[in-house]
Amino acid sequence: MTEAQNNLPERPLSYLDDSGPRRGILGWITSVDHKRVGVLYLYASLGFFAVGVAIGFVMRLVQLNMFHHLVTAQTYNALFTVHGVLMIFLFVIPGLPPVFGNFMLPLMIGARDVAFPRLNLASWYFFMGGAIIVVIALFTGGGPPDTGWTFYVPFSLKTGTNVTLAVFGAFILGFSSMLTGINFITTIHRMRAPGMGWFRMPLFPWALYATSWIQVLATPILAITLVLVMLERLVGIGIFDPAKGGDPLLYQHLFWTYSHPAVYIMILPAMGAITEILPTFAKRTIFGYKAIAMSSIAIAGVGSLVWAHHMFTSGMSQFAIMLFSLLTMVVAVPSAIKVFNWVSTLYKGSIEFEPPLLYALTFIFLFSIGGLTGVMQGALAINIHVHDTYFIVGHFHYVMFGGTGFAFFAALLYWFPKMFGRMYSKRTAYVAWVPMFIGFNMLYFTMLVLGLQGMPRRYYNHLPMYNTGHEIATVGSWFLVLGLIIFFANLVVARFRGAQAPANPWGGVTLEWSIASPPPLENFEEIPIVTHGPYVFEPEARHEP
Amino acid sequence: MNHSVQAHEHELEHRDDFGAKLGMWLFLLTEILLFSGLFLSYSYMRARYPAEFHHAGSEMNAVLGVTNTLVLLTSSLTMALAIVAIQRGERKRAMAGVVATIVLGVVFLVNKAFEWHAEIHHGNYPGSAHLATLPPGEQVFFGLYYTMTGLHGLHVLVGISVLTVMAVMIKRGRINPDRFVTLENGGLYWHVVDVVWIFLLPLFYLAA
Repeated sequence: MTEAQNNLPERPLSYLDDSGPRRGILGWITSVDHKRVGVLYLYASLGFFAVGVAIGFVMRLVQLNMFHHLVTAQTYNALFTVHGVLMIFLFVIPGLPPVFGNFMLPLMIGARDVAFPRLNLASWYFFMGGAIIVVIALFTGGGPPDTGWTFYVPFSLKTGTNVTLAVFGAFILGFSSMLTGINFITTIHRMRAPGMGWFRMPLFPWALYATSWIQVLATPILAITLVLVMLERLVGIGIFDPAKGGDPLLYQHLFWTYSHPAVYIMILPAMGAITEILPTFAKRTIFGYKAIAMSSIAIAGVGSLVWAHHMFTSGMSQFAIMLFSLLTMVVAVPSAIKVFNWVSTLYKGSIEFEPPLLYALTFIFLFSIGGLTGVMQGALAINIHVHDTYFIVGHFHYVMFGGTGFAFFAALLYWFPKMFGRMYSKRTAYVAWVPMFIGFNMLYFTMLVLGLQGMPRRYYNHLPMYNTGHEIATVGSWFLVLGLIIFFANLVVARFRGAQAPANPWGGVTLEWSIASPPPLENFEEIPIVTHGPYVFEPEARHEP
Repeated sequence: MNHSVQAHEHELEHRDDFGAKLGMWLFLLTEILLFSGLFLSYSYMRARYPAEFHHAGSEMNAVLGVTNTLVLLTSSLTMALAIVAIQRGERKRAMAGVVATIVLGVVFLVNKAFEWHAEIHHGNYPGSAHLATLPPGEQVFFGLYYTMTGLHGLHVLVGISVLTVMAVMIKRGRINPDRFVTLENGGLYWHVVDVVWIFLLPLFYLAA
């Protein structure tokens, strides 16, 4: 029935070969195997990513001022809203944890599956259900929502577009995220292999652990906020409506109480993946293991206390503004600790240069720019100046795309041979990087500059003084898309025609590399017994001959 | 294929009652946080409109509210008794406890329906002409009242459905004296729904 049996009889039966009692696509969408669920998430979220990229591409074209007869201002509003909703709720949040978390977490902690395999599959159905509702919302009712992905009241209550259904879709997506968080926390608490104490756990699981707590603690607040928006639109309960005694600012507080921690849902697992990649290619243990583990927890904790820095211009007491400014500066500290640890890991390492390392280093570079521009916005005077400008757009694309996006690509290159048992063309992976990196910086660094010059975000038109900047950014977006196409074409080809990958192509020492590629159905024939930390590269320290 | 068949059997063998309860507690945490968003909104609005909340609260039917509290507290007792019974191997009593809990849940919802009906009859519902004549603080009070008791009622309904499934599972022996963590988790859910109500009672019915 499979290629593995025909061509390579020596390879053990993998999760790709054995679909259980059902065949074909049913064998995938009814499988509770964490690896299959992870792959389902991978395909789904990459599909949404492609649509999001296409919309972003069109938005950049509109800013050339040449296509206004094709895209009206109302359509443009819908485009940036849908771009944001797709990218945030359907790609970045469900990016690393459901894809690589699902696939790798049990492998890395030496377990056969997650704690609740059926709930895991159910989470995927919630994800797809929410996604389908969001997509339906685009084509029915009053048309696609035009509020921006933040659904700010009062506009989201007044607009005739299909906000209610889109918000309901986001509500369902929240369930998926929350249930995945519950699953991972329980898995990490209960299913670590014998001998794997907390501080022998690899750092990607640590990052997932911190992320899962944010998912569990923050998502319900978003859920109730979205419920209130729906009720407000449907029956007019008045909690956000000043005419009925309500307060629109309350919406912003509730929304960011979730949505700021949510940016750490996006970045923490990305940091975790980078922390796995660097020691493998530097062939030495990670620098400051405990500092990295604890900084994940610290980011999760402090990151939950900074939400109002999105609202410095919305109207708050001076005391509150100063407090949130201070906390915003504080949350940069654990992130910086990680960056220093990554760089120190490379210092005096025996570096073996491979594509995943290139993308991981790119992550560090781009994330540092994103992080530092973030600290700039924490400063009150600058914040007022750059609020709602392209500076913000540039900043969060550096963090979300340059950070999480590139970490996603790095993780994909790192774990692809393990997941699919195939090797991609390393050369093409390097080639794809060049236009991607050049295009990325042309696009988003220019946005930072445009923002400082005063270009407001979400505008359909712009003044002639911004023409040059917009042209550079749009050309950059072409390079970026070209790079993405090469990158993914390479992986698609590898998925079907790639050479067989060895079990451990990079010389990694965490547990996922100790089993076959692709992993067998139940991962480990015998659950391993862990006797040392996760990044011990010296054979003598591993009690091995 | 032989390997995979064995593997699937192994998967069925995996059992971790502590883990199942840990997962349930985490889920309950999310439920409490879901309501906490509303409690937060309530506190803020109450601090902003103390007099209006006082006045609107005095129009609530405290007798119905307290009756419903007693109903729910009793249902938590019957739920706890059902779990004790199944641990002792008394299946019939466990069944009786679960059924009693379901019945009390239904009684609660019927009471709630009467109460909402009366309020709507008085014209106190979102979007009504009568409500629009009240001061803004009272409008918000009723907005919160319907949202919070409505969401709670929805949770009672979900709880009833869950417990109905449990009753079937007890009948079929899927929940038995050796394997009752599912019933315990169902009970935990029911207790949390009860606890939320205990906070709703003073906020709305005893606010005056």
